[in-house]
Amino acid sequence: MGPGGVDGRGAVSEPGGAAAARSELEDAARRAEARRGFLIALPAWFYLTLFFVIPLGIVAVYSFATRSSTGRTVLSDWNFDSYRRLWDSLVVEIALRTLLLALATTLICLMFAYPLAYYMATRRPALRNVLLILVMIPFWSNFLVRTYAWKVLLGSDGPVSQLSQALGGEPIRLLFTNTAVIIGLVYGFLPFMVLPLYTALERMDWSLVEAARDLYADGWTAFRKVTWPLSIPGVVAGSILVFIPTLGAYVTPAILGGAKTTLAGDYIVSQFLAARNQPFGSALSMGMMLIMLAATIVYFRWFRPSGRDL
Amino acid sequence: MTTKRIAAIAMALLALVAACGDDNAGGDPTAIDCAPGETDGNLNFYNWSEYMDPDLIAAFESQYGVDVIESYYESNEAMLSQIQAGVAYDLIVPSDYMVKIMIDEGLAIKLDKDALTNYGNLAEEFRTQPYDPNGDYSVAYQYGTTGLGVNLELVGDAFVPSWALVFDPDLTANFAGGVSLLNDPRETMGAALEYLGYSLNDTTLEHLEEAAQVIKDARPGIATFDSDQYDENLANGEVAVAHGYSGNMIVAIGETENPDNFTYVLPEEGATLWIDNMVIPTISTAPCTAHTFIDFLLDAENGAQLTNWNYYGSPNAASTPFLDQEVVDFYAATLEADTEVITDTGDYEINFTDLFAEAKS
Repeated sequence: MGPGGVDGRGAVSEPGGAAAARSELEDAARRAEARRGFLIALPAWFYLTLFFVIPLGIVAVYSFATRSSTGRTVLSDWNFDSYRRLWDSLVVEIALRTLLLALATTLICLMFAYPLAYYMATRRPALRNVLLILVMIPFWSNFLVRTYAWKVLLGSDGPVSQLSQALGGEPIRLLFTNTAVIIGLVYGFLPFMVLPLYTALERMDWSLVEAARDLYADGWTAFRKVTWPLSIPGVVAGSILVFIPTLGAYVTPAILGGAKTTLAGDYIVSQFLAARNQPFGSALSMGMMLIMLAATIVYFRWFRPSGRDL
Repeated sequence: MTTKRIAAIAMALLALVAACGDDNAGGDPTAIDCAPGETDGNLNFYNWSEYMDPDLIAAFESQYGVDVIESYYESNEAMLSQIQAGVAYDLIVPSDYMVKIMIDEGLAIKLDKDALTNYGNLAEEFRTQPYDPNGDYSVAYQYGTTGLGVNLELVGDAFVPSWALVFDPDLTANFAGGVSLLNDPRETMGAALEYLGYSLNDTTLEHLEEAAQVIKDARPGIATFDSDQYDENLANGEVAVAHGYSGNMIVAIGETENPDNFTYVLPEEGATLWIDNMVIPTISTAPCTAHTFIDFLLDAENGAQLTNWNYYGSPNAASTPFLDQEVVDFYAATLEADTEVITDTGDYEINFTDLFAEAKS
């Protein structure tokens, strides 16, 4: 292609050609590297395209379609009607309620998880591993099974209620209340908050805290100025891991909350399985994804100044 | 390169969308010609859960030398979406209004009655129903009602055979427990419509709004909206009254320590009667095996075995002598009771769903 080909003749005769040959070799190496990279990532590409991009594309296409009066999705007469309905007061109300619940769950998880992760990260390495395994043990059984277990615990004959009665109080029934939903969600997603926080705190350079203390910072100041900023990546990762699945939570509100307050997940399911309105259900899903995306971007922006390696 | 790749992905996507949205409407289903007892492959049977006696499946398999693969769904709409997506089931069990939708959408084949030697066993009133006027596409499987399971101990003196048991907040306040309503817009809005004295298929917007208000006003007494575990919640005392399907209720009540503490009532204002039907989808790859299976269940003794297992009503007139007396007594009054069958309301389904969602929150 260029001057000074692979025969190397140009390399001997003129220095300019040598540089060209070298850069060409580098180009070839880079191309080979890119090819290898592509090949290595191929299974992931394939998987994501097949199970994420294409289904998402179908949802996007369906969201512009029309529901026939028999509930079939008519793939013509493309329109924005389903998106217009996203501004109905009912939809806005459901969205706000879901956002609020997800925010509350994330905050409560953070409040519980931070001290726990801090405690774990400051133990001896051997003990750390034991604690880590303890945090992960609940994952060994199915989420649905554990949610049903909560149903028993919170029921009117459950241990919580019995304890209250044994102490001379009223029977407490938490089952089928919003409190039960939050308890279930916090329980379910707590490990997702603990693990990133633990990772961030564990790899932190603790001599920085010692340095702060040497410079006469009190414990609280050292935490605020050193530990907290350094753990921000863990806070961000954990919060997103909790916030996003909570927004779409369906099983927990249905089982523990008795589906009494309609949340986004429940409402979307009812579009597909009751109203047979796939276009509107798809538009709702797209809207929810946009909210998640916006929330994630805002979150990253918000924490960027203090978190260095985001 | 990149644009080409994007174009390729877009093409693949469009092809997939086209495949998914491929509507079978319009085309006349090809006539099926099966001999009695003929099999043309294994049977992919798509049914509601806990609705089919496994012993009957085993008997059919050994008698005809084919395998029956049973899969389950929990709503008519979930089943419909699978059929529309082209999953090749050979036999499905849609309810009344869904049979109509599937016929209208061209998803059901016209049955070959010559292959159904036991068709005469089917009770006369189940052969012609508004959703399939000539019985060309469907054969009744079982029927039942949607009513109220009541824990008499928790309800006490407040018991009345009325929808007030779930909708009157002054009444439910006296119960030692909450009530459970089906998490189903048509059933629960329908119950509220009946309570108000309207038809459960009423689509007048004002009436639907009134029904939503009934549910809203009832909220203090409502513990849960649930379509899966109401029977279990009723049996273990978690709720005082549960809105649900007759067969599940009788089975759950029968399994409690003291069944006399419970009863199942059809509210006097009127309740839902539903009929589930066997239908062969046009995408079936073994329509003759499906015919043979339908005929197998139309047999008097097999039909009775099915009913004695799931405790729903039998549309098989010849089965009656073989039925448990308990089931016969239970359903004797049902067909005379004030009941209505849910019909598809087309665009109004959206109003039912939205008003129900609003009423719940």
